[in-house]
Amino acid sequence: MINPIVSANELVKTYSKGLIALNNISMVVNKKEVLVVMGPSGSGKSTLIRTFNGLESFDSGELEVVGITIGTDPEDRKVREIRKRVGMVFQQFNLFPHLSILENITLAPIQVQRKNRIEAEDHAMELLSQMGIEKQAKKYPIQLSGGEQQRVAIARSLAVNPELLLFDEPTSALDPERVNEVLDAMRKLAQDGMTMVVVTHEVSFAKEVADRVVFMDSGKIIETSSPNVFFNNAKEERSRKFLNQIIK
Amino acid sequence: MKGLRSLYIQVGIGLVLFILFAVLINNLSINLIRTNLNFSFKWLYRPASFALAEHPLPYSPSDSYAWALFIGWLNSLKVIFISLIISTLIGFITGIARTGRNPLLKIIAASYITLIRQTPLLLQLMFWYFVGFLSIKGTLIFPNERILVLSNQGIKIFGDINLTAEYSSLVIGLTVFTGAYIAEVVRGGINSVPRGQWEAFRSVGLNENSGVLKIIIPQALPAILPGLTSQYLNLAKNSTLAIAVGYADIYAISDTIINQTGRAIEGFILLLLSFLFLNLIISLMMDFFNEIITKYQKV
Repeated sequence: MINPIVSANELVKTYSKGLIALNNISMVVNKKEVLVVMGPSGSGKSTLIRTFNGLESFDSGELEVVGITIGTDPEDRKVREIRKRVGMVFQQFNLFPHLSILENITLAPIQVQRKNRIEAEDHAMELLSQMGIEKQAKKYPIQLSGGEQQRVAIARSLAVNPELLLFDEPTSALDPERVNEVLDAMRKLAQDGMTMVVVTHEVSFAKEVADRVVFMDSGKIIETSSPNVFFNNAKEERSRKFLNQIIK
Repeated sequence: MKGLRSLYIQVGIGLVLFILFAVLINNLSINLIRTNLNFSFKWLYRPASFALAEHPLPYSPSDSYAWALFIGWLNSLKVIFISLIISTLIGFITGIARTGRNPLLKIIAASYITLIRQTPLLLQLMFWYFVGFLSIKGTLIFPNERILVLSNQGIKIFGDINLTAEYSSLVIGLTVFTGAYIAEVVRGGINSVPRGQWEAFRSVGLNENSGVLKIIIPQALPAILPGLTSQYLNLAKNSTLAIAVGYADIYAISDTIINQTGRAIEGFILLLLSFLFLNLIISLMMDFFNEIITKYQKV
């Protein structure tokens, strides 16, 4: 039995206003698995994956990511160790606007992994051509389209050879005609065996790529199913209601 | 119709300004005639015949007023330049500490800023001079005589750099004061950087210090710079409070010269021009710096 990459046990997180973001969440993410997290806005899906790399804390429960256990009051050292091995792609890309595309990607390898510049740049160029945007290496983020920026963000998260990639609604801020170029890049990653947790509303992507779909509502996991079951014959009434709203 | 109206308004404003200046100049010439002084700068070449405690270039009382003024200008520059650098350092460190995660540093930074901003600069300068330096009995040595010695004569660094008590208290007072204001400017700049940038540098594994230095500060600079420029200009102007601690800056020397010669108008024109010149240089340098750091926004 291989250890899971993420294992969460009874995670609870309450915001100060009494809003429950995570309500007793227990789940695992296995190696080479693509897990899609769906749910209405405010259901806690973003909060959940942001606890996986320590961007959000939690009030009680246990969490183990890439073999490192973090508690409710995590040490900086442990959280940083996790972040070195887990990549994250944000809805708003969050590229560093004052750095060129190449510098965006080589920053972590050079600063964190202490690679030399030439080696880091070679690897970055390789990742950029994998994303189909090697010609943009010398440009600045502002000069790129949203879809290109998001592919740079994916390349940036890949630059440290992560064991797990987290995607927080990666296509929600894109123009509709730019969505597919990003999803295609993610499909390729999945085929190459990358472990991914993807928060998204893209049904076709989930159907095609996901190994399992987790459906959340009001901070709870309502259902975990294979995409086949989830989209055709969801077990829970709440899931079917949600699907009716997003698929017309 | 609208164009005509705005033309009338502009002509009106022009006329009012013209009349105002005409009245001022008329007033000035009447006063000059009455006091029997011609508007002239010839007196600048007469010997100053007063001594200066501090002069970065050779000076004796037989030198001209012009030379004395120039020495004063250099003395001012000496204060402004050093204070500018140190207050920037203090300001950035305090501003970053104020926005950081360490609660103790946060409280220290906040108290420092509050204390300094709620008390007058003149009082602070007096404090550093009379309480800070003149009240020292004997010498205070940190950690031995070769590094740093404090006495009521001033500061002695590395055994051979002597700073007078007047100069030291002025520089300390100005830097501590301006540093607090710069800290607030820096804090505002840091807060203007989107939260996503913090999450992005954290998520790639950068630690807080290098993230702030490499990611946050460069993006905060465009927001920091205009405020920083006005703090620098304030610092230059505040340096004229040197007269309170008896430091011979350009204002103190001009004051003496005006008392001796009665040339108040010429003296103040020179004084104003020298500050205008200095502050224009500071502004131009900051504009140039601004161009460099905002390059990435204009590609």
